[in-house]
Amino acid sequence: MSTLKGRNLISITDFSKEEYIEVLDIAEGFEKNPKQKILSDKVVATLFFEPSTRTRLSFESAANQLGARIIGFSDPGGTSVQKGESLHDTIVMVSSYSDLIVMRNPKEGSSRYASEVASVPVINAGDGANQHPTQCMLDLYSIRKTQGTLENLQIACVGDLKYGRTVHSLVQAMCNFNATFHLVSPQELKLPSSVKMSIKNAGLKYYQYTDLRDIIPTADIIYMTRVQRERFPDPMEYERVKDSCILSADMLAGCKPNMRVLHPLPRVNEITTDVDRTPYAYYFQQAQNGVYVRQALMAAILGAK
Amino acid sequence: MESKKEMVVSAIENGTVIDHIPTESVYQVIRILGLERYKDEVLIGNHLTSGKLGRKGIVKIKNKHFSVEEVSKIALVAPFASIIDIEDYKVVKKFKAEIPDHVENFVRCANPKCITNAEAVPTKFDIVDKENLKLRCHYCEKFTTKETMKFAE
Repeated sequence: MSTLKGRNLISITDFSKEEYIEVLDIAEGFEKNPKQKILSDKVVATLFFEPSTRTRLSFESAANQLGARIIGFSDPGGTSVQKGESLHDTIVMVSSYSDLIVMRNPKEGSSRYASEVASVPVINAGDGANQHPTQCMLDLYSIRKTQGTLENLQIACVGDLKYGRTVHSLVQAMCNFNATFHLVSPQELKLPSSVKMSIKNAGLKYYQYTDLRDIIPTADIIYMTRVQRERFPDPMEYERVKDSCILSADMLAGCKPNMRVLHPLPRVNEITTDVDRTPYAYYFQQAQNGVYVRQALMAAILGAK
Repeated sequence: MESKKEMVVSAIENGTVIDHIPTESVYQVIRILGLERYKDEVLIGNHLTSGKLGRKGIVKIKNKHFSVEEVSKIALVAPFASIIDIEDYKVVKKFKAEIPDHVENFVRCANPKCITNAEAVPTKFDIVDKENLKLRCHYCEKFTTKETMKFAE
């Protein structure tokens, strides 16, 4: 049985390198055989205090395929939360109705707090701009699956590296695997110094760029993110830089054959649709991998693997 | 300590003297130690002449002794403060306030989106940089610094 039984997953730093690998190995088993009714005696609560498409549906699909029953809400409207019930009271109550809580809440730190008041394990499905560890786990799964390893890779992160929590978590996780980082962003949206410090502390290297073309021949993984107009106080500035982080199929000539493009989705225009038809596009499979990884996490935490 | 000859704030027979407090931090020290609710004598002096600091604050608390842990919280606002235990008008122990590794309850998280600012959640921080006073919130994982630090009422 997994050492993860009964554990919470709130932040990507809650698990060790060995524990990430364990989850990825279990997920691989679910990819081969996704319908295993090993949680048929369990109730999973999915509490979504703000809307989410992929994350909620993939958690619910994962729980369903394992035979678990699901309770919860996808919007706090119509629940006691709207009447002013505190998060504390909601979590205490839901703990008594379920075996596992999956929660998304816009308040940062809310999942950590929920895990301290809940009597059952909590999985963080996103707490504002803070952490979204299951996204990071599925990113790791996708990288390992496409590259055959997590070790010694050239990882390019592109777009909004300042506010993109998925990039921060991915960089922190990949620091365990001797990665070299290539960071492409407009000047205004560079990776925060605290995350760069994690790279330095791990004894690893990073290089910064403003033009996406510069990293195409080097990268094993190009991790794209959305550059949002509202991040720029000056609209002229947005217009000036917006095309520097757009990937199109013609730019991929000269990339490594093993290179794959990842994106946490939703995509807007930062990957043109002609990339979808190249062998390098992996973002839709990446989203699908989210189901296997979430199956693995739920099964391990509930002691069924 | 002040020289006895020209003691501006009267001596206490038994209790604690907190000396060498920066003038701007005296009332924060009082708040951090919860002395607003203390029912015995508390003597406060501020902007007193000091060899070390130029001007300083001093607080004398009658019949109250603090544990090192209890009093170390004040190091966040008064890093050079001396804590002096007095018994029978004599100094029985003197030590410096030292910045602790963790603080709970009394600092507010500077992140307005943190759950601790939305619900009645007691705050918890790890002090990750004692020299520059940088605190990392246990919940939202964001940093609160000397410049952004506020104290719970």
